[in-house]
Amino acid sequence: MDSSPGPPIAPPASAGGAFAPLLTRRRRKRFSVLTRRDKLTLGLMVGIPAFIHIFLIWLPAIGSIVLSFTSWNGIGGLDRIKFIGFRNYENLFSNYPPFWPAFENNLIWLAVFLFIATPLGMLMAVILDQNIRGTRIYQSVLYMPVVLSLAIVGFIAQLMYSPGMGFINNFLQAVTGDPKWVTSGTAIDWLGTPGLNFAAVLVAASWRHVGYIMVLYLAGLKSVDNTLREAAAIDGASGRQTFFRVVFPVLAPINVVVLVVTIIESLRAFDIVYIINKGLNGLGLLSVLITNNILGEASLIGFGSAMAVILLLISIGPIIYYLARTMGREAE
Amino acid sequence: MADLGQRSVSRRTLLKGSAAVAALGGVSAFIAACGGSNATPSTAVSASVAAPASAAPSVAAPSASAAGTVTFGSNASDAVPKKAMADVMTAFTAKTGINVTINTVEHNKFQDTINAYLQATPDDAFTWFAGYRMRFFAAQGLATDISDVWAKIGANFSDAFKTASTGDDGKQYFVPLYNYPWVVIYRKSFWAEKGYQIPKTIDDFTKLGDQMKKDGLIPLAFADKDGWPAMGTFDILNMRMNGYDFHIGLMAGKQKWTDPKVKAVFQKWAQLLPYFDPAPLGKTWQEAAQDLINKKAGMYFLGTFAGQQATDPATHDDLDFFAFPTLGTQYDSEMGIDAPIDGFMVSAKAKNLDGAKALMEFLGSADAANIYLASDSNDVAANKQADTSKYNAFQKSSAAIIAASGKIAQFLDRDTRPDFAGPNGMQSFLQTFLKAPNQDLDKFLTGIQGFYDSLPPQ
Repeated sequence: MDSSPGPPIAPPASAGGAFAPLLTRRRRKRFSVLTRRDKLTLGLMVGIPAFIHIFLIWLPAIGSIVLSFTSWNGIGGLDRIKFIGFRNYENLFSNYPPFWPAFENNLIWLAVFLFIATPLGMLMAVILDQNIRGTRIYQSVLYMPVVLSLAIVGFIAQLMYSPGMGFINNFLQAVTGDPKWVTSGTAIDWLGTPGLNFAAVLVAASWRHVGYIMVLYLAGLKSVDNTLREAAAIDGASGRQTFFRVVFPVLAPINVVVLVVTIIESLRAFDIVYIINKGLNGLGLLSVLITNNILGEASLIGFGSAMAVILLLISIGPIIYYLARTMGREAE
Repeated sequence: MADLGQRSVSRRTLLKGSAAVAALGGVSAFIAACGGSNATPSTAVSASVAAPASAAPSVAAPSASAAGTVTFGSNASDAVPKKAMADVMTAFTAKTGINVTINTVEHNKFQDTINAYLQATPDDAFTWFAGYRMRFFAAQGLATDISDVWAKIGANFSDAFKTASTGDDGKQYFVPLYNYPWVVIYRKSFWAEKGYQIPKTIDDFTKLGDQMKKDGLIPLAFADKDGWPAMGTFDILNMRMNGYDFHIGLMAGKQKWTDPKVKAVFQKWAQLLPYFDPAPLGKTWQEAAQDLINKKAGMYFLGTFAGQQATDPATHDDLDFFAFPTLGTQYDSEMGIDAPIDGFMVSAKAKNLDGAKALMEFLGSADAANIYLASDSNDVAANKQADTSKYNAFQKSSAAIIAASGKIAQFLDRDTRPDFAGPNGMQSFLQTFLKAPNQDLDKFLTGIQGFYDSLPPQ
């Protein structure tokens, strides 16, 4: 990279437009406020992050969008990229059966995390905040899966769910003494039955997510000023009322973080499914389909990019919400 | 107020300016990165220049100028093949004085990243598969033509292997090492105990299946969680019902999936499914092989590599196999089977081309095959000069079945374009079929053909 971030500090001569006369009059005054050195520092401080941001985030994103209108197998230079208009999108919607189920699965994943796993994590946090005996042990137990990557969780899940050799079916067999639990055909095929396998994966993923949310929320709860609770108690509020009317609203910033973390975790879900069966047989997720198309011996870079664009569009909603919230608060 | 507003204007302009510069810099770097295929100077391995150069010429070195170190990318990541590969390379160094640096990558990861690997800084030589998968990379200009090596080693191989090593342009790009057949595997002692006989025809097979069911067994172990094992079943049924030529034509896109002949294959498969493990989609082939080994299932149709799962030598010796039964069609005499060939290629960017070609020449020799198979005894040598006297019973059966087959295909995912065979394509289509074998097959096959047609022309 031969471009030095030099020019950004060039004086914004053409900036004013209509304000030009005003600007020239004020300029001298401003120079007294910011020295050349200040401007250089400021320029670097703004310029370098902006450069990194644009290079690592905007450029790939725009690159993906451009590639989504092309056909390219990832081999050779840029001259081998062919523009084919919206054909990738047409194929995506009409000739590509895995797309809609994957899209649905992403939404289900989000819903389960949002309405089951996250509230469960919050509930755990609230319970553990009561200073019950052994709270640290419970905390550690719940937090442990968070240390594992989802790929490892996927690996563990396979050991648990395997129909003939997995823990669950063999446990059922040991308890009931009935061999049907491990006999192919009558045994529950946890990871082979479409629908059931997705539920099983969600259980494994939630196992990890609950602990994550618990820790986030517990930290928040610890920071709540106890006088608030005492005041509520004096006013005769029940435990539930105290939580929902006092503590929960006070924790608004944490709630937003928890919400955003939940959404991000749901949309980027990938490793657990990929490690189990590459997203086949009802376990498809958009992220896995993108990988399957782009990675491999003969990649469909354009087609995979088209799917990535769809995922980008889905992700933009929560991002805008989050930014609006945080920036709105800063403005206050 | 005016002051504040103005300053924010200038700040914004500042940002814009820096953004523009950054973007420009980024774009140029991006383009440089993309087009850099021929620009990148090799900073990589040139380490052991001094060592073997002097030793080389004294032994009968294959190419006079070959020396230095050859880098070798290997997908032989499992313990058995990994050791076998290392033994072969040691022998090569002993013979020629050329050092080999082996760079082993996990088998599946090697495949997933092969594309980027071959374009970036690949090793001089690498392990790969014959068939479409080899021809694809040759056609993309990512492999080196080794016809000159074939001029020396050609006599060691039958025409079938030479064809399997030849690219679309008629030149050779591949040196085969070994192959293995897809067969029906069973336990000898268990069958003797139950009095089962090897079925020659599909009627015998279903009769045997009925008997096994009565005995409380799954007749045919089956697993397709990973998506690819079911391809073997499709291949064999298609070859036995419609012949090798039709099968290869279908793989190459010359025949249509909507052809009634293909529909007949899936109908036949649906009829036979009651003899298969009823729950294949949650199982890996390793688990299915365990079903066979643990006598829960009577047979298993897979490549002979299933034998790797029998870690106890006594159990391994108890395994035997036979070719898939005939289906009573005109193609019975052809006895087409899948017998995928694994071997080696030279990358287009090989730095030590002479060394790599010397290595290819050695790998195409009977010595290399003998050394490899001494450690990995689930396969049989591609080299016809290789010493078969040391074959165990397992290898002898493999060799006999391959020899008896008139037509040898590679495997569905080696015979057709990779993007079609992958998890997006045939892997998920076959699982869709297994989930509902009695579905509307016309609609199902139209879907497959539609997907094939949607792929970009190659």
